[in-house]
Amino acid sequence: MSSRDLILARVRRALADVPRDDTPYDQAFERGYLREHGDRSVEQTVDLLAENLADYRARVHRCDADGLAATIAGLLAERGSTSVVVPTGLDPEWLAATAVTRVADRLDSTPAELDRVDSVVTACAVAIAETGTIVLDGGPDQGRRRITLVPDHHICVVRVPDQVVSSVPQGLERLDPARPLTWISGPSATSDIELDRVEGVHGPRTLEVVLVSAE
Amino acid sequence: MSGGTFVGMPSFPKAAHEAVHNQTLRGNLRHATHTIRAKRANAVAEVSDWAELREAGKQIKDHTLRHLDRYLVQLEESVTAAGGTVHWAADADEANRIVTYLVKATGESEVVKVKSMATQEIGLNEALEAEGINAYETDLAELIVQLGKDRPSHILVPAIHRNRGEIRDIFAREMSEWGRPAPEGLTDTPAELAEAARVHLREKFLRAKVGVSGANFMVAETGTLVVVESEGNGRMCLTLPETLISVVGIEKIVPTWQDLEVFLQTLPRSSTAERMNPYTSTWTGTTDEDGPQTFHLVLIDNGRTDTLADEVGRQALRCIRCSACLNVCPVYERAGGHAYGSVYPGPIGAILSPQLRGTQSEIDASLPYASSLCGACYDVCPVAIDIPEVLVHLRERVVEGGVVTRDGAKVVLKPAKGHAAERAAMRAARWAFGHPGALRTGQRFASRTRRFHPRTLPGPGKAWSETRALPAVPAEPFRDWWQRTHGGKDASK
Ligand code: SF4
Repeated sequence: MSSRDLILARVRRALADVPRDDTPYDQAFERGYLREHGDRSVEQTVDLLAENLADYRARVHRCDADGLAATIAGLLAERGSTSVVVPTGLDPEWLAATAVTRVADRLDSTPAELDRVDSVVTACAVAIAETGTIVLDGGPDQGRRRITLVPDHHICVVRVPDQVVSSVPQGLERLDPARPLTWISGPSATSDIELDRVEGVHGPRTLEVVLVSAE
Repeated sequence: MSGGTFVGMPSFPKAAHEAVHNQTLRGNLRHATHTIRAKRANAVAEVSDWAELREAGKQIKDHTLRHLDRYLVQLEESVTAAGGTVHWAADADEANRIVTYLVKATGESEVVKVKSMATQEIGLNEALEAEGINAYETDLAELIVQLGKDRPSHILVPAIHRNRGEIRDIFAREMSEWGRPAPEGLTDTPAELAEAARVHLREKFLRAKVGVSGANFMVAETGTLVVVESEGNGRMCLTLPETLISVVGIEKIVPTWQDLEVFLQTLPRSSTAERMNPYTSTWTGTTDEDGPQTFHLVLIDNGRTDTLADEVGRQALRCIRCSACLNVCPVYERAGGHAYGSVYPGPIGAILSPQLRGTQSEIDASLPYASSLCGACYDVCPVAIDIPEVLVHLRERVVEGGVVTRDGAKVVLKPAKGHAAERAAMRAARWAFGHPGALRTGQRFASRTRRFHPRTLPGPGKAWSETRALPAVPAEPFRDWWQRTHGGKDASK
C-alpha cells in the first residue's frame, strides 16, 4: 500500500466515531465574529492605517497625486540612494522627479545583483488599517517577490482611500489566492535576543509607506 | 518517530530538576514569559470579538479534523493543479528519505531552512547531514541554537535560554566554521548581533538553490500554503531558491481561503502579541517567473493519525503553535523548554508529544505530569484546546494502561511501571473526582493558603515533587474557574 493510501486509511479508521452524515462545511460553524472592528468614516480608516503602520515602525508619508513624484524623489535623496529597482508596470510618472539609476525587475537578474541596489519602489494590492498591513500580490506595479525583499529600503505607495480596507476579513476578500502574496506589517524585526526588538535581520530594514490621495 | 535531536533525554522530573537549578535559564525564562504574557493580554483586549474568533477557530479546526481524509485529498488536488507535487510520509524516516531524495535530485549539497517544528520533529537536519547535505537554519534564534550545538527551548523564541553575552561568544567562535565569520570586535548589543547574523546568512541566501520550510496553514480549497514570520528569512527561503520543499503535518489544513481570516487574527496576537506579524507569505503551487519553479509538499503523519484516533486527545491537533500556553505555564516558567524532551515544550508539548510518540518511554510517560492543572493554558489557547482535560486523560492512560492506537493499529497498553508515586496520586485524584465536594473544598483551601505552601509535597507526592519546584497555586482553583467559564456546565458530571 502506498503511504498515501495508508495515511488516508488510518485517518478513516481514527474517525470511526464520527457519524457519516456529519454536518457539511457550510453548516459546521457560525462565523460569529466581526467583519471589522469599530465604526469609522473612510478618513478615520486611513488615519488608523497610518497610525498602525507607524506604530510598527514604518515611516508614513502623505501626499496627493501631484506631489507623489516629488515625495518619492525626496525619500530617495534623503536615503542617499543611487539606484532603485522598478517593477515593469510601475507608473513612470512616480519616478519622474528623480535621476537615480533605475534597475529593471528582470527574470535573469541574480539575487546578488539585487543586493547591490539601494532601494525599491512599488505599489501595493491592498492595505489593512486595523493591523497596519500592506499586501503585495506580484502585480505589474509590484514586481517579483524578491525585489521587495533583498534591497534594504522599500518605498511602497498606497492609493487612499480606494486601496484601504478596515480589517483582515475584508483584506482577504479582495485578494486572489492564486497569486503569491506578501503581507508586510512594519519592517523586518526580531526579538530573539533577550526579547529586545531589533529592526531587520533579513528583509528591508526601512519601510516607507506613501499614502497618496487622488487629488 | 526517530526522535532526532532528543534521543536519550532524561524524563521530565530529572530534566526539570536540573533546569530549576540553572539561574540564567530561570531568569531569562521569567523575564520572557512575563513580558510576552502582559503584551498578549493587551493585544487580545484590542479585539472585542476575541471569544467569537476563538470559538470559530476551534470549530473550523474540529470540523477539518473530523473530515481530514476529504480535505487531504482536496488539498492534494489543488496543490497539484497549481503546479506542485505532493508526497506522503507515514513516519519520520519516510519523510526524511523523501526530502533527502528531493534535495539530491537537484544536485545540491546545501539547503536553507526557515524555522519549522515539523522538520525538527522528524530530525531532518541530522538526516540530511548523514547524507552529506548541510541544512542551514536561517531564523536568528535557530541560528543561535544551531551554532551553539544546542536545542530550541521555546516555540516562538527558541534561544530564549541564551543571554546576549552567550550569543556573542557563540557567534565569535562558530560563525567562521560555517561561512562568513563574525566581525572583529563584535559586542553583545542585540543590534550588532543581528547585523552579524544578517551578513552571515545573506551570503547563504544569495546562493541557495534549495529551500526547506514548514507551513502554518494549508488551504484545501485553493492549495495555498501560508508562512507567518517576523524576520524575512522565511521570505528569503520561500522566494530566492529554485526548488522549495515544504514539510507539513497533515493537521495543518483549513478548508477555505476565508478561514484564514480567523487564524490570521488570532495567531499573531496570541503568539508575538502583535496585531500582525511583520511578514506573511502565501503561495499556491508555482508562479511563472516569480519564486521557485519547483515546489514539493511533503505531508507527514508521524503519529498524527494515532492522535486523531483518541477522542479526547485529538483536540491537540487543533494547535496552531502560537506558544501562548508556554508563556502562562508556571511549570514551564521554572523548568524551561528542554525539560520536556521534545520539540514541543510547555503544556502543548505535555499533551502532544506523548500522543505522537506513545507513552512507552520514561520521558513521554512523565510528560502528562508536567503540569499543575491550573488551567491557564486553556484560558489563553486561541483554539480552546482543553489541555488540562487531555492531561488528566493521558495520566489515566499512563497509570491504568488501556487501548490506544499505535501506527494505525489498536494495541493494549500495560499500566506503567515505575510510576508508583503517580499511581498513588492518580488514585487520590480519582477519589477526589468521584467526590466533587471534597475536591472543591481541598482546592479552595489550597488557594487560600498558598502563601504557606512547602516546596515539596508530603506523603505520596514527595517523590513527585522532590524534583520539581512546586508552582505557586493559582488564586482561583481550576475547578472554580471551570465553573465560571463554562457557562454553568457542570464539570463534576
Ligand atoms: S495549545 Fe493553544 S495556546 Fe498552546 S501553542 Fe497550541 S494553539 Fe497556542
